[in-house]
Amino acid sequence: MSGVVSFFASLVQFAAENSDRLLRLFGEHIVLAVETLVVALPIAIVLGIAISYNERAATVVLWIASILLTIPSIAFFGMLVPILGIGTPPVIVALVAYSQLPVIRNTYLGVTGVDPAAIEAGTGLGMNRFERLWRVRLPVALPVVMAGVRNAVVLLVGLAAIGAFIGGPGLGFFIFYGINQGNTAMIVVATVLVSVLALAFDYLFAVTERGLRLRNGEDLEPTYTTRLLDAIRTQLQ
Amino acid sequence: MIEFDNVHKQYSDGTQAVNGLSFEVEEGTTTVLVGPSGCGKTTTMQLVNRLEEPTEGTVYYDGTDIQELPATELRRQIGYVIQDIGLFDHMTIAENVATVPELKGWDDDRTDERVDELLDLMGLPPEEYRDSYPGELSGGQQQRVGVARALAAGPDVMLMDEPFGALDPITRENLQDEFLDIQEEIDTTIIFVTHDINEALKMGDKIAMMNDGELVQYDTPSAMLEAPATKFVEDFIGPDRTLKQLRVLQVSEIMRTDVPNEHRDVVEAFDPADTVMADGGELIPVTPSDSAQVALSRCIQAGVRALPVVEDATVIGVVTEEDIRSYHADEIEAASE
Repeated sequence: MSGVVSFFASLVQFAAENSDRLLRLFGEHIVLAVETLVVALPIAIVLGIAISYNERAATVVLWIASILLTIPSIAFFGMLVPILGIGTPPVIVALVAYSQLPVIRNTYLGVTGVDPAAIEAGTGLGMNRFERLWRVRLPVALPVVMAGVRNAVVLLVGLAAIGAFIGGPGLGFFIFYGINQGNTAMIVVATVLVSVLALAFDYLFAVTERGLRLRNGEDLEPTYTTRLLDAIRTQLQ
Repeated sequence: MIEFDNVHKQYSDGTQAVNGLSFEVEEGTTTVLVGPSGCGKTTTMQLVNRLEEPTEGTVYYDGTDIQELPATELRRQIGYVIQDIGLFDHMTIAENVATVPELKGWDDDRTDERVDELLDLMGLPPEEYRDSYPGELSGGQQQRVGVARALAAGPDVMLMDEPFGALDPITRENLQDEFLDIQEEIDTTIIFVTHDINEALKMGDKIAMMNDGELVQYDTPSAMLEAPATKFVEDFIGPDRTLKQLRVLQVSEIMRTDVPNEHRDVVEAFDPADTVMADGGELIPVTPSDSAQVALSRCIQAGVRALPVVEDATVIGVVTEEDIRSYHADEIEAASE
């Protein structure tokens, strides 16, 4: 019992003594995740839309994106070092690759999952291909895309920690340093923060997804957050 | 308005959907394409808004070969209503109805005004339904929105592919009746596809009956009922052809305004405010727009041989069972001459 207490005490002590460094690494981790999303999402969404027009391309692209996910992260980072050196660039490239599958897959499912009758009506009423995409397919697909982004962001925040192995930014530094130094408190505190960050991103995109679903007129059980958002919106109006 | 000139349509799998079709849809009329499944009626309709392209022959829109008109521009001038409705579930009712005006770039005020006008016309009060989503509406209400959306930009032509086919019988009947009223207000050329002969007879000014990709007969409902062109048409109409004729015959066509002596009592004893007869039965009068079938049915029901014809709570004439029967006999005589 006293062992557990003293272990937690050591975590708190470590966190208190290193709060400024932890905060900096936490910030780096956020920036890295955001940078990755900024690059990854446009690529994945465009690919997901593009392959919705060609079934064979869809099979090939989804297959490649799945293969990418099976590469062990340390190996992937390591392979990029000779090409891109160490530090942030190879880490971002690898994380972008890892986040493709969930987003491409969900974009593809979203834009192809639209009621065929709505597509026929849209065409019959004089929408061209772009208008059908912009006015019908994409708005219907967006919540599904967001669900994919949630998957991707949880994945990449975790994998980003491994990036410290090749000198990448973020909380991974304390994990690897802790392993070297045999400093368990350092490892645990950094890991908890990685998890907290992943959950926070997940929650942020979950709220976005819900907002998009409500915008599309879907009938959802309101959660505390959506009620709050509704209240704010009513206040603003 | 729309003319088919020797139009053929063969699908890439070899199916010959339409085979040498030539006919003209007249402006301002409702033309019903009717026939069994796979007869090519939907394909024929889709040749008009270029959802299908003919493999041979020409379709003319207002005298122009539609191949020369840009497909999206053409479609924006043609309303389109389908059996599966196909509302955009992620948009409000108002946004759905505003689809074509938005594609055409109308300004917001004009669009809003038009949306409200159409929702009113379709019996969906705008203040209640504007901001609803399709998922909150019943099937019948959804198809009203579907019709409103098709009418939004004031199309010259409406294409309706079994628009009421997926609805329950009562809703279907109501929507048919309402649409007949609306049709008089909007004065649009309508091409209506159905496999239901009763719906065809009810909705159509002209009926184009198709079988195996060919036009079998193109006529008014009454002409088709009087003289089916082939055995196929006769079979498709069914064994109760005479009763169907009575359904398309209006009381106004056979009523007498000068009441014959033997039926004078029916008219004079009738009080529109009190329809209960001496024997306790009820004598329900007909209006000029009722069908002869309704008149005959009420004669049988009340056990009388003549019914008063009432308009605006005033008796304006009489319709007799004898006249209904002899009208039909005259038609047979006329047809055989």
